[in-house]
Amino acid sequence: MNDIIIIGVVSLGTLFILLAAIGLVRMPDLYLRISVTTKAATLGVGLLLLGTALYFKEISITTRAIAIIFFLLLTAPIGAHLIGRASYFIGVPLWKKSVIDDLKDKYDHKTHGLKGHDEGGKNPAQEQEELNEKK
Amino acid sequence: MTIYEFLYYIIMPILSLSGVLVFVRFVLGPSLSDRVIALDLLITIGIGIIAIYSIVNNMPTFLDIAMILALIAFLGTVAFSYYLEKRDKNE
Repeated sequence: MNDIIIIGVVSLGTLFILLAAIGLVRMPDLYLRISVTTKAATLGVGLLLLGTALYFKEISITTRAIAIIFFLLLTAPIGAHLIGRASYFIGVPLWKKSVIDDLKDKYDHKTHGLKGHDEGGKNPAQEQEELNEKK
Repeated sequence: MTIYEFLYYIIMPILSLSGVLVFVRFVLGPSLSDRVIALDLLITIGIGIIAIYSIVNNMPTFLDIAMILALIAFLGTVAFSYYLEKRDKNE
């Protein structure tokens, strides 16, 4: 019974890792690839480590597996955000068929901060007000 | 079919295939950021392979190495993105 549960969990994790790898090759755009590696691979490796914890059934090994899962869950979004931010600044292009780029013309490329509304760029709240007035 | 045979003959080849696919993106990747992401995912798959290997060989101490690998992957990504941004500022 225990073996069946482990086989199920590990197979699901492997499936997710395979999907992440296929997505990394097939996705057309850097930002879509980042989303694939962050979500699918984290879930897949988490399931594999859960299978390890279920197999050994010792408190020290379960703690180790949970520590690795916790660390992965903590660091994967931070790493993805950092590399996505840096790539946006150095001008990695979006996919041609992307519908909207919300950050276009809103970043100051020298200081790497958001533009204030006194420097020419409009902040989102102001834009919303203008839209409401037009209506 | 025991659990060891299942892990050794089905799960491990699929994980290796994923590693090869990621390596294709690592070689092709048009920009430097693509390569950084591919490296990150390669190390994450490595953690999964170590977890399966520790079951097959009944050696739970391998999980310590997996923990260190997770640490190094995060540090590598952060360092790469930091220097990508700095390089842009200097140009």
